[in-house]
Amino acid sequence: MVEYLVSPWPWYVAGPLIAVIMYLMFYSGKTFGVSSTFRSMCSIGGAGRFADFFRFDWKAQNWNLVFVLGAFLGGIIAAVWLNNPNAMVLDETVVQEFKAMGISNPGVTMEPAEIFDWDQLLTLRGIIFMVFGGFLVGFGARYAGGCTSGHAITGLSSLQLPSLIAVIGFFIGGLISTYFLIPIFVSL
Amino acid sequence: MKYLKFLILGIAFGLVLIKAEVISWYRIYEMFRFQSFHMYGVIGSAVVTGMILLALAKKLKSKDMYGNFIHVPPKDKGWKRYLFGGIFFGLGWALTGACPGPMYILIGKGFTVFIVVMISAVFGTFFYGLVKDKLPH
Repeated sequence: MVEYLVSPWPWYVAGPLIAVIMYLMFYSGKTFGVSSTFRSMCSIGGAGRFADFFRFDWKAQNWNLVFVLGAFLGGIIAAVWLNNPNAMVLDETVVQEFKAMGISNPGVTMEPAEIFDWDQLLTLRGIIFMVFGGFLVGFGARYAGGCTSGHAITGLSSLQLPSLIAVIGFFIGGLISTYFLIPIFVSL
Repeated sequence: MKYLKFLILGIAFGLVLIKAEVISWYRIYEMFRFQSFHMYGVIGSAVVTGMILLALAKKLKSKDMYGNFIHVPPKDKGWKRYLFGGIFFGLGWALTGACPGPMYILIGKGFTVFIVVMISAVFGTFFYGLVKDKLPH
């Protein structure tokens, strides 16, 4: 049992579990969406003084902040008790691409230390991937009215056309990044 | 106490996303390179299961714990905000390898530099609030 929990979970276990979590959020009288917590944080930080968009009853959204606190705790629990000691099994073609990019040990940890590490933060590469990338995620999610959980999972599950358009947008942006931008940015 | 269920669901969400490795920059790259079925399997099976659960809930007129019918709030009509906003989101998703949920999880997992990514995302959200009225929706 523990062995099974420690090893990576296959997609056909993870996907349905995500849907069950979504359903249980609805059963609890709420919705499933993570990016709206960023809006709450803006409001808590006083952004309502600058834009009406942040003047809303964020306290009514506390349940969602508790949900993401749980996600954070889930990360800690996985790191402490369920850590997989083995490297990730990645596709051989992309492993070669990563190596060509200068990523020395792809899959040994979940994130490449050549990009996502504190000592990369003050490099141009670090700023582009982490600061600019993060900014785009926050801006884009709010502009599109949701992120992967709100649009790709909840929206598509409930057959909403706007979410399909948003997911197509996610892919257009993701493909531009992956095929054109990452190869340039990673060599900076 | 009324928040406890959300804490537990959040923990479950964090565990599932980590154990399926979907919080990994490498997996997101693989997905956008069409070199791995894994992410499509996760998202696809989540959507199919979700469709079944929500269709059943509608058919059986299921109620939530407060006695209200389970219903998914409809998104506003239109396409511009979804397409343009989606493209910005996708650009960032591939760069950081993280959508909003995974940011929280990664920080918990010990990749503390994602605190910076998340602060940037909060600033991105703030920026949207500032320029919202000038953008096509």
